Amino acid sequence: MEIKRIVKFEAERDPAFAQWISHTVGGERIRHCLQCGLCSGSCPLSLYMDYTPRRLMHLSREGFKEEVLSSFSIWLCTCCYACMVECPKKINITHLMYALKERAIEEKFYPKRFAIPIMAREFSKMVRANGRITESWLILRVFLRTGVLRLLGMSRLGLKLFRAGRMSVWPEKVSRRHEITSLLDSVAATKKELAL
Amino acid sequence: MRYLYYPGCSLKGTGRAYEESLLAVFRALDVEVEELADWNCCGATTYMSVDELTSYALAGRNLALAERQQMDVIAPCAACYLVLSKTQRYIRDYPDIKLIVSRALAAIGLEYKDRVKVRHPLDVLYHDVGVKAVAARVKRPLKGLKVAPYYGCQIVRPYATFDDQRNPISMDRLLEACGASIVYYPLKTRCCGGSQKGTLPEVGLDLIRYLLVEAHKEHADVLATVCPLCQFNLDVFQEEATNRHEALPIPVLYFSQLMGLALGFGPKELGLQRCLVPLGPVLARKELAYA
Repeated sequence: MEIKRIVKFEAERDPAFAQWISHTVGGERIRHCLQCGLCSGSCPLSLYMDYTPRRLMHLSREGFKEEVLSSFSIWLCTCCYACMVECPKKINITHLMYALKERAIEEKFYPKRFAIPIMAREFSKMVRANGRITESWLILRVFLRTGVLRLLGMSRLGLKLFRAGRMSVWPEKVSRRHEITSLLDSVAATKKELAL
Repeated sequence: MRYLYYPGCSLKGTGRAYEESLLAVFRALDVEVEELADWNCCGATTYMSVDELTSYALAGRNLALAERQQMDVIAPCAACYLVLSKTQRYIRDYPDIKLIVSRALAAIGLEYKDRVKVRHPLDVLYHDVGVKAVAARVKRPLKGLKVAPYYGCQIVRPYATFDDQRNPISMDRLLEACGASIVYYPLKTRCCGGSQKGTLPEVGLDLIRYLLVEAHKEHADVLATVCPLCQFNLDVFQEEATNRHEALPIPVLYFSQLMGLALGFGPKELGLQRCLVPLGPVLARKELAYA
């Protein structure tokens, strides 16, 4: 049996991470967290989480970067905003979850072939190319990249949806697509300039 | 009453029946709508959660396009409604976001002055049209039909002011005006799991199952939804989610499809054939006929 120290030392914290979270959009009020647990209580996904939202709030503001970014909770969050409505300190918890996801993807803290970042990537590629999402094509592309076998399992359902006229064959497109590319390029440039 | 209409991607794809039925309801109630020309994807939860700043610019283009027409813009999809409202709020609150969005819009010759109002169809139907006006137009009351009203998360949370965030009632009242009975449904604003069914299926199916079983417990005949993703999850994955459960198949409809039936439209006009769990048997049981 391997014995591991469970309690962390203060020196293992990453103050830069704590600094980052309280300066990110929506994180301004994280220091006000009372640890009351209303977020975890109202969260429909906390039953499945390794760290509940309350614990994540505390771990992040104290700078436990590894624990937070490798926690599966940030991927379980469906962004339903139940926690935010309940929070007595009006902390933008859902938004912090967005920030943590973004950071975890940047620093590659996620399992291999994990569907969420793959879907996000395919989604943004499609928006760049067409300006709109065609769900049928998006689903197809995600399945191709996460496991073709799952696609076969879904074919019966896909056919039903197709018959019901719910799967588009032709992709939806914005007519002035150059506007979308210029828009996205401009955001990238400003982000770089402001180091955001 | 004239409004701009921002359909969003789902209403042109898997949620086509929402568009069909909503536009029919608007027609019947003299709500004139014009589709926002050349609208783009709002970014939805997917973009927002991985590239937040970019998503504000995407939503910003739609807001700027809408603003030029000087009408309120109706966004029926929950994600679109939330993203557009949130973007407006964040542009006001965060100078960095404002800068990013205004530069990006300037690059394509647009400007956003914060002068457009984003509205949800429930808001428009409940506040602008009004329950009385709806009741006055009902041709075939949905008598005896027990409806579980399911709002989901992103319509009323976190910014909407047109209804209560914990216990919204606008859809309840609108459907009552159509003659339906509303059952007690405490999970009305609980999350359906969103895209979780695609990414983490075990968890997604659990969330879907809770909602269906609860509606079944309250003896609801149908579930009424306001969001294309909620409708998709509860309808399309119903069989899979309730596989080992006693829950009967329960049709999951857009609230606008139910309203449309009461207002006298036929099943095809409301896209009822697009629901995988058919409504027909329920209507037959309740002796409610189509036109």
